[in-house]
Amino acid sequence: MLELRHIYKTYEGKPLLTDISFTVHSGETICLLGASGSGKSTLLRMIAGLETPDSGSILFNGMDLASTPPHLRDFGLVFQDYALFPHLNVNENVAFGLRMRRLPPDEIRERVAKSLKIVNLGEFGERRVTDLSGGEQQRVALARALAIRPRLIMFDEPLGALDRFLREDLLGELRKILHKTQIPAIYVTHDQEEAFTIADRVLILHEGRIFREGTPDDVWANPQSAYVARFLGLGNVLEGRIKEKTKGQRWKVESDAGILHVECGHKHQEGEKVHLLARPFEVRDEANVISGTAADVIFQQDRYKVTFEDGLFVYLDAPPKMGEKLAVRVKVECLA
Amino acid sequence: METGKHVYKETGKLGKQSLSTRLRVYLSSVTLWLLPLTFLVVFFFFPLSRILALTFSPEVITSQNLQVTTHALRFTFYQAFLSTLLTLFLGLPSAYLFARFDFRGKPLLRAITAVPFMLPTVVVAAAFNSLLGPRGLLNTLITNYQLPTFTPSPFALILLAHVFYNTTIVIRIVGAALSNLDPKLEQTARSLGADSLRVWTNVTLPLLRSSILAASLLVFLFDFTSFGVILLLGGSQYATLEVEIYLQAVKLLNLPLAAFLSVIQLLCTLTFSILYSHFITRNSYPLTPRSVTAKPRTLRQKLFVFSLILLLSTFYFLPLASLPARSLLRLEANRGQRAEVQYGFTTDYYTELFINRRGSVFYVPPIRAAFNSLAYASATVVLSLLLGFPAAFALAKSTRLEKILDPLIMLPLGSSAVMLGLGFIIAYGKWLTSPLLVPFAHTLVALPFVIRTLQPAIASIPQRLRDAASTLGASPFEVWKNIDLPILRRAALAAATFAFTVSLGEFGATLLIARPEYPTIPVAIERFLSQPGGLNYGQAMAMATLLMLLTTISILLIEKFRLPNTGDF
Repeated sequence: MLELRHIYKTYEGKPLLTDISFTVHSGETICLLGASGSGKSTLLRMIAGLETPDSGSILFNGMDLASTPPHLRDFGLVFQDYALFPHLNVNENVAFGLRMRRLPPDEIRERVAKSLKIVNLGEFGERRVTDLSGGEQQRVALARALAIRPRLIMFDEPLGALDRFLREDLLGELRKILHKTQIPAIYVTHDQEEAFTIADRVLILHEGRIFREGTPDDVWANPQSAYVARFLGLGNVLEGRIKEKTKGQRWKVESDAGILHVECGHKHQEGEKVHLLARPFEVRDEANVISGTAADVIFQQDRYKVTFEDGLFVYLDAPPKMGEKLAVRVKVECLA
Repeated sequence: METGKHVYKETGKLGKQSLSTRLRVYLSSVTLWLLPLTFLVVFFFFPLSRILALTFSPEVITSQNLQVTTHALRFTFYQAFLSTLLTLFLGLPSAYLFARFDFRGKPLLRAITAVPFMLPTVVVAAAFNSLLGPRGLLNTLITNYQLPTFTPSPFALILLAHVFYNTTIVIRIVGAALSNLDPKLEQTARSLGADSLRVWTNVTLPLLRSSILAASLLVFLFDFTSFGVILLLGGSQYATLEVEIYLQAVKLLNLPLAAFLSVIQLLCTLTFSILYSHFITRNSYPLTPRSVTAKPRTLRQKLFVFSLILLLSTFYFLPLASLPARSLLRLEANRGQRAEVQYGFTTDYYTELFINRRGSVFYVPPIRAAFNSLAYASATVVLSLLLGFPAAFALAKSTRLEKILDPLIMLPLGSSAVMLGLGFIIAYGKWLTSPLLVPFAHTLVALPFVIRTLQPAIASIPQRLRDAASTLGASPFEVWKNIDLPILRRAALAAATFAFTVSLGEFGATLLIARPEYPTIPVAIERFLSQPGGLNYGQAMAMATLLMLLTTISILLIEKFRLPNTGDF
């Protein structure tokens, strides 16, 4: 079990990571999701021991790793650009970590073959790594990290350089492998689809802090902040002002999109500024309506994304005419 | 590299730790620099300071000394200016030839013009001597057939040898600028109404100007500091600054004057170097490189290409061929030989190298010089790699410290070899009996080349590879052994061969500090050449041929090992 406690790190005098604490349980895959520059790669490098935090501690099974150099941590790390050793062939790359552990040659051969089989590269052992395609290189990097049977495996944007189809393919395989091996994993990405596909738990990193933590469906259902809702592209994020409490936990809110009604457990004051999320799907029995003139219609496989003149958007089953006046019932939530 | 030390702090005090990591980076820099810098201080800066100290002694400024100095200075400028002019005269058309025309054997011709630049000065001097010298092929053949004698003056030979050496600089620098020049620019100028002369003066020349200036300055710099060629082809009456330093230090034992001369020499070369780097950095109009070579079409073009190829191949081929030829031909009597001379093919000059004759130039078989050279060269390889690796690793990190130290470590390149030798004599005169000083001097000359070869290769290894290796369980030493070393092997081989070649051919410094009983090949050649008799001359030719062979093999190896596009001069 990996535990991070109050990690701080500055970069060139500016705070990069502020008070980061989280835990990865055995068999669990967590995903660090954040825009580029949010410090997620640095966090991985610190866990791997390649960088040191300014303060805070990193523990594995209760033991502080501060004095453990990277080569004794037994953590696998898969880099975005794979970092395969160009002077070694596929077998030698995968065998590298085992050779460093001075395992007997027979065992090395056996474990290399097994690792390559797991990533479906059984026949590739003698190839030069520079002759492989991007996807194949990625698999070799994965096999190399798996071969050492790490206590924890980390992925730094591992699929960033691959095209969409390959990415979906590999992602599915990776999920299966992680599930089978039960190695705790940390997966870093800026792609929310990737994150939601692979993660048991998602941590959203923003401005050096963990902004939201939860299971994918929980985060999806309750983004809890305007940033998360925008970053995940959940719908229209609106600014509004509380007008009055109607009944129970329902509030009447004035916004750019007109008067809207939300239900939430927050204790709001009259006149307070709030952020609202208007989900872009048509729901027949909702009270809230957003309306406008269709300014742009984009065909998206099974639906149409319709953007209004004021920038709000909804998804519809049938395409409206350009310039047509529309009123769509949608669900609106309070983001506080 | 990674110490893994980390101070645990409960609360987040930002910035404290990063100060200590910064300190650690500096400390690791300092460790890397320790050896190379100590070496430079001991063998370059300390001797340099002794030279400076000697210069400021009162007995330097006498009217006689000043007369010697002005004479040497005037002649140095004169010959360097003339040599540069002649080099441009051959180099500019050649640059145009290589940049614009396709012809059969182009790579070969380009290689032949480039090889002399890497050859030791003694070899080039011996080559021209073997062809055009008083005892050279041409002259001895002419006298044997009772034709009117033809001996070019030593000064003409010096100029020719300088052109032979440096034309390749003009070809490379101006040629590169020319091939970056889009001919569409010239065509556009024509369509706008400029005739061919005005195209040249208004478009082509302005775009080439700074590259021509840079090439000229570099050629001038090399001619200015030329030593071996002038000493071997000219002799003491052609005293440039460099030759005068040698004469004053070794023959006349006037060390203060030698020191004074070398300070003047250093000031001049530093000025030229600064001017050169000024022009080379200014030499950048953003031009798109284009392959614009074509076969010569018009009669004028064909004539130009044909005559220039003929001229270049004769000029470069004849000296390089006549040297081995002359080493295998007996054309004059040996010293004290009474019997009739058997003219023609002989291997005597080579076999004689293995015999320790009484009354010969040496007290040992001359071939010992070859063994000495090889031993010195091996020691130089070891030393310069030992010092070059840490320096190159440090330079590859390029922090502020490195930016300051980078020019410092290249400084020995700017000072002449004779001056380095002089510094050794003044600073470490009492240890001159030891043959150990020679490899240190050679290392001083070779180190900049070694570093410049290693540094780009080190910088080309991504840090991520080292990180990946260390997360896979490789300790810092294992990372170095398994990642850095195998990837650097080619560059290290190239650097080693570079050091080897430099050491084999080093003449100026060695001549000043080598013990008489431990001559190197170049020193032996110089001594053979300064002795009368056909046998001594023949042995000089044989030695020079051996050296040429060894060097050529080394050059080929360097080209094979070197990463593509890692810099020219």
